[in-house]
Amino acid sequence: MTQTLNLSSHPAPPQQQNPYLIIEDVSKVYNTPQGPYTVLSGINLTVTEGEFICLIGHSGCGKSTLLDMVSGFRQPTFGQVRLKNERIYQPGPDRMVVFQNYSLLPWMSAFDNIYLAVKTVYSAKPKAEKIAIVREHLEMVGLTEAADKRPHELSGGMKQRVCIARALAIRPQVLILDEPFGALDAITREEMQEELLKIWQEHQVTVLMVTHDIDEALILADRIVMMTNGPGAQIGEIVTVPFTRPRDRTRIMESPDYHHLRNQALEFLFQRYAHDDT
Amino acid sequence: MAVSSYRSPVSSRFFLTKWLGPERLRKITTSSIAIFIVLGIWQLLCMGKDPALPPPLTVLTDTWGLIIDPFFNNGGTDVGLFWQILASLKRVAIGFSLAAITGIAVGILIGTSRLIYDALDPIFQVLRTVPPLAWLPISLAAFKDNEPSSIFVIFMTAIWPIVINTAVGVQQLPQDYKNVARVLKLSRADYFTNILLPATVPYVFTGLRIGIGLSWLAIVAAEMLVPGVGIGYFIWDSWTSSLISEIILALLYVGLVGLLLDKLVASIGRLLTPEEQK
Repeated sequence: MTQTLNLSSHPAPPQQQNPYLIIEDVSKVYNTPQGPYTVLSGINLTVTEGEFICLIGHSGCGKSTLLDMVSGFRQPTFGQVRLKNERIYQPGPDRMVVFQNYSLLPWMSAFDNIYLAVKTVYSAKPKAEKIAIVREHLEMVGLTEAADKRPHELSGGMKQRVCIARALAIRPQVLILDEPFGALDAITREEMQEELLKIWQEHQVTVLMVTHDIDEALILADRIVMMTNGPGAQIGEIVTVPFTRPRDRTRIMESPDYHHLRNQALEFLFQRYAHDDT
Repeated sequence: MAVSSYRSPVSSRFFLTKWLGPERLRKITTSSIAIFIVLGIWQLLCMGKDPALPPPLTVLTDTWGLIIDPFFNNGGTDVGLFWQILASLKRVAIGFSLAAITGIAVGILIGTSRLIYDALDPIFQVLRTVPPLAWLPISLAAFKDNEPSSIFVIFMTAIWPIVINTAVGVQQLPQDYKNVARVLKLSRADYFTNILLPATVPYVFTGLRIGIGLSWLAIVAAEMLVPGVGIGYFIWDSWTSSLISEIILALLYVGLVGLLLDKLVASIGRLLTPEEQK
């Protein structure tokens, strides 16, 4: 079912090739009053350490459900998800999530929102060190000035930065992002993509990200996982993105590979798996 | 120098007009006119010979002694209106505080556990419709003393809105915040103080505000039935002595104190509620 497509003229950067995150024969079935409803069926995906994976598919294809099974908020009906050979049963800070709607606590400042995470995960560290970690990550996302602001005083982009800082401050093994930039305007979105790439390169964290935006996926990902439509969604195609890193947006966009891959993805999403709701 | 000396009177005048702005001024003017019209009608209606109720000017002259000296203390129940109201407020303070503590705790408990909620909700729904004064005979029987009985009436009156609103607040806790707690694996104590409590504050204060209003309604009624110092018994005592003017003055005070209590709880609530939740 899964076919890998590699159009690379320059090979992808070498990754550690041992499997890190394994999604094995995962299916998710919901029991509804109308009978069982299969959201995902037979998903297999192996992610290596430090890899950047983007999931693309039409809404309702179960991308978020798949993420939830990696983060541990949901359990697969069949199959299993393993991280470093340990089966995932519940959420944990080693698989930190950047939630779709930021999920910052409105009664806490940006600093305190991150501090709560740091304090919980690094409970043994001395207070000064925990504060230093928070400061460092606020600086990383360029929000040193806004440390004492509450979420309602921050713009959408700033909130998302706080959320990413919170996620990275606790050094997760896998960073899970569910359409993190969906609510942002185009310019902020590009800025955030650049920032995420920079952070990812510095931290070498494994990233699993759901997006609707093909261009975003092509700029960010090592591999793009394209899903077929639900019910019973599967991985339709996995596209390996060959561009060398660090990536330069303008250069990539001018390359013929980019257009080839983009058309490939568009063809998949809008020809072969077009939404038939018209 | 010249600039600042020129500016300060302007800005202070600006502050005054802002506080006493045209909107506020208009409201004060219209409500004053309304009060005068009402008093005027009352005065006209009760002008005849030997009216059933004294007109406002008679009330004023009759009760002038009580108005100018609210602090006299001749022992027993013959004390100034300040002490009468203070005694009532003390009972409300004790009963309401106990109701607040118990109500919030029970509310959180039934809000957290569906099972306990289903078990206790029908009981609460019945008990909360019992009129406050109906509790008085049974509490007199149980406590065999006036003081704890009237406090118990306040308690039983104020607790239901607090319990129910707190429970709703806990049940309405956004899933996002729960997810943050789960992925970070927050301890129970941290979850309680950092997420559950702050998220529930606005609901709790809605309950407290209804509760304090009901308490004040109930204490006046309860005190009428149990002799002692207190504004309720003062009203009853005036009635048995046919001092109608004193009753009218006491009613006015009861209304004003009730309004102040409501404003007090509301402003504490505003103070404790984060901007984004309002």
